[in-house]
Amino acid sequence: MFQNDRLNNEITFFQKIKNLDYILLISVALLSAISVFVMYSTDGGEILFHTKNHFVKLMVFFPLMIFVAFFNIKFWHNFSYIIYFLVIILLIWVSFFGIKSSGSQRWMDVYLFVLQPSELMKVAIILCLAKYYHRLKIENVNSFTSIIIVLSIIIIPIIFVISQPDLGTSILIALSGLIILWLGGVKIKYFIYSFITFLISLPFIISFLKPYQKLRILTFLDPDRDPLGAGYQIIQSKIAIGSGGLDGKGFLKGTQSYLDFLPEKHTDFIFTLFSEEFGFIGSVGLLILYTIIIFRIVRIGSISRSNFARLFCFGYAFAIFIYIVVNLSMVLGLLPIVGSPLPIMSYGGSSMLATMIGFGIVLSAKINHKQIIA
Amino acid sequence: MIKSNSGIRKTDVINRRMFIIGAAKFVVFAGIIARLFSLQINENKKYLTLSDKNRIREWKLPPTRGDIVDYFGNIIAGNLKVYQLHIIPEQVENFNYLLLRLKSILDLSEKKITKINKLKSELKPWDSIIVSENLTWGQFVKINNYLYDLVGVKPVMTISRNYPFKDVYTHVLGYVSQPNEEEILANETIQQRFVPGMKIGKLGLEKRLENHLIGTNAIQRYEVNAFGKRINQLEYQKGKQGTKIRLTVDTEIQKSCGNLLKGKAGSISVMDIFTGDIIAMYSSPSYDPNLFLFGISQDEWQLIRNNPLKPLINKTLSGLYSPGSTIKPIVALSALENNVIDTKFKVKCTGKMELYGQTFHCWKEKGHGWVSLKNAMKQSCDTYFYEIARLLGVDRLNITAEKFGLGKKVLGEYFENEKKGLFPNTKWKKNNLGRGWVLGETLITGIGQGYIQSTPLQLCMMTAQIANGGYAIKPKIIVDNKPINLQEAKKSMQREQLHYSDKKLFKNKKNIKIVQEAIFSSTNERFGTSYKSRIDDPKYQFAGKTGTAQVKRISKRERELDLELEQIPYKDRDHALYVAYGPYINPRYALSIIVEHGGSGSKAAAPIAKKLFKLIIDRHDLRNDQSNFEEINI
Repeated sequence: MFQNDRLNNEITFFQKIKNLDYILLISVALLSAISVFVMYSTDGGEILFHTKNHFVKLMVFFPLMIFVAFFNIKFWHNFSYIIYFLVIILLIWVSFFGIKSSGSQRWMDVYLFVLQPSELMKVAIILCLAKYYHRLKIENVNSFTSIIIVLSIIIIPIIFVISQPDLGTSILIALSGLIILWLGGVKIKYFIYSFITFLISLPFIISFLKPYQKLRILTFLDPDRDPLGAGYQIIQSKIAIGSGGLDGKGFLKGTQSYLDFLPEKHTDFIFTLFSEEFGFIGSVGLLILYTIIIFRIVRIGSISRSNFARLFCFGYAFAIFIYIVVNLSMVLGLLPIVGSPLPIMSYGGSSMLATMIGFGIVLSAKINHKQIIA
Repeated sequence: MIKSNSGIRKTDVINRRMFIIGAAKFVVFAGIIARLFSLQINENKKYLTLSDKNRIREWKLPPTRGDIVDYFGNIIAGNLKVYQLHIIPEQVENFNYLLLRLKSILDLSEKKITKINKLKSELKPWDSIIVSENLTWGQFVKINNYLYDLVGVKPVMTISRNYPFKDVYTHVLGYVSQPNEEEILANETIQQRFVPGMKIGKLGLEKRLENHLIGTNAIQRYEVNAFGKRINQLEYQKGKQGTKIRLTVDTEIQKSCGNLLKGKAGSISVMDIFTGDIIAMYSSPSYDPNLFLFGISQDEWQLIRNNPLKPLINKTLSGLYSPGSTIKPIVALSALENNVIDTKFKVKCTGKMELYGQTFHCWKEKGHGWVSLKNAMKQSCDTYFYEIARLLGVDRLNITAEKFGLGKKVLGEYFENEKKGLFPNTKWKKNNLGRGWVLGETLITGIGQGYIQSTPLQLCMMTAQIANGGYAIKPKIIVDNKPINLQEAKKSMQREQLHYSDKKLFKNKKNIKIVQEAIFSSTNERFGTSYKSRIDDPKYQFAGKTGTAQVKRISKRERELDLELEQIPYKDRDHALYVAYGPYINPRYALSIIVEHGGSGSKAAAPIAKKLFKLIIDRHDLRNDQSNFEEINI
């Protein structure tokens, strides 16, 4: 049975190619191309370390996405739990033997690049929960056992990630998991109750935060309280974006980034640089491109015959949306600073790998949208 | 069947809930776009300004000070190109090797090397360290020859204050030097324009006219990165040199004053008797102000400080002396004006005068016999002036003396170290010493001793106002915009005294004439105290009055010993004074000379006047013809 699933005889190789979603593919390719140019700008208009590495990673991971797409969606369904557990094992491994950097321990060296397993968990948790709800009878969705199981699936990786410590990724994993619960049909009142509980316990949670995390929240509320220290990043980011104006300062002419006023310009604050150089028009353009990608994924989900594919696509579309919202809100000063990359645009192998694998599975769902999973 | 039914229901749930999420996504994205719009479109200006503030930084360069020139336009305080040596640490490959090389080329001291190393650790790597502020041309050439071996070294040409006449004008101009924090804070203009390495006036006119001389900063605008490193220059705004200031002084005469007083402590002032222009104002000994520009060395400073002739004191303005017999013209004038005496009034001088058991000596032991005003002035008979002072009273004398400028600042607004001096009266003594005036004090006041104290410039002005016929003048050292020649000056003076009664210092013009003639006889008639120093040529002929100011009371024993000058300790020797004006016909200039501890006025001071008057009169035509004055607003 296992072999039958893998060697799907119904669709030939050429049909697979024909069935690929080209709008999604082109959008991702376009985004990748933009990201290389922006990376070139962060390097000060030269092809240096970041530009080269980013380009090489794209050259590896973009084909990987298509490679992933060529596996039947049934294959991903079957391996969902295993993938989830593999990533859990990686997280455990990292918490013992991981590479430490600036006070946190979340990476492992995999020869080609430094892998951050928590990034992979962002996709793995969607796969896992999509499979769980695919198989769960609708009557049992709100049963006590199933709620406990899904919450455990969410909480176990979060424990590892939060202890690295990595609050940003933990939140993103939690949100990615919760959206599947929502889509799977968990009662709305549960969401409302737990949201109210969350709000009430918020002060309590804050008291458990690390001092630097508290500082970030305070800084978010009033960036000017320490303009050269904690508030520096957000103030400089807002200056960069605001000074971009309608059409930006022009490619390679963003003074804030060129003169090193922007912090973390390769990773979390990449949008700031883009927005400074390309202005409001460019920023809205980038948002439209992301919107196209998200809606393409939603559309693929809605034509899928299997609920697994549907749940994964909807969930993944939402996850991408959340990444973008968290990242942009952060650089625009709407949310406290939490480390969260902008998909594809930000420098960072793990995030790109996870995102590309996610797109690959979505494409697989597209190719096999008629596939019924028992 | 149930399974598929359940599947369809599940799909419905998923789709429905996805729809809710989709709607939420639109709202959130709209929110983000709204935020972008508010930052980039609404507040664009604000953030553009902030971004420019981030990246653009201004560097102020030291302003160029205005020149100070003499009456003929010769620069007496100018600006000179100086060669400096800077190190830019970030360009240096091997700092220790570089220092070793520089040490051998420039002969740097160990202390200097330590200082450079300290500076290096304090400054940013792209800030330049000034190794030497003032390289000699030879050193500059040497550095340029070895430049290939001195990576990171920058020879720089910059501008520095320079006093070409060295010590000639020190007490007039003062000097500039590095300011301390207090001095920066005390002056708002300096505060605004200050840059490290800039120098400000510390003394004299350089200090008083700081705000005019200072000039405006040149401004360099650079684009800098987040760490403050300059990336590229955006703009260079030229600064404006400070106002050029023209003084009334004549460098030739000033230099000559310096030569005449060489090796002596003293002072010479020369003044135009109609305009009040100060032609020369020299205090001896002087020192070279150029020494202070780059920080004076301890040795040189000690040499100046410990000089017993006290070069740091501006004797012309802050030196207080008893005027001695130079006060006699004022005593005579006052007595005439108050109708106490007339030209026929005579006193018998026996060499001394007794008053209430106290003996007052005339300088001539044997006495002058019967003397009238003219003879008394000519031979400087003390007894005559004791007598008329006694008749006059100190209070009436005080009124005349103050009219002629004694006891008041002459140039008060320009020099903060100028002293007021003192001309006593009964009220003054009561208020300040708490005791009543004694008649004996009136007598010695009549010969310029006692409480009376005056600055050399006051005596010069007093003489000038007698010489010009008794009109008040306002001495000045900065050229105003309307210099006038002799005829105009005389006319305007007479015009003024019609409108302003305080310009006229006499009641009867004849009295001034009498005093003038008496002074003339003192220099140009036999037995006159300065007869030996006379010039017979009417072109140069001058009239003057000697003075000898006692430094300490002469005891009876000393009087009997009648010591030669050389036998008296330097500190105890009398000050020699001389006031004069000339040419006698159509006078134009007045002067006062003081030689500290020079002995008698006729021997030490009057001969100096003889030499100086020739030069002053010879320069007169040149001065009168001088024109093309620029507009200066001070």
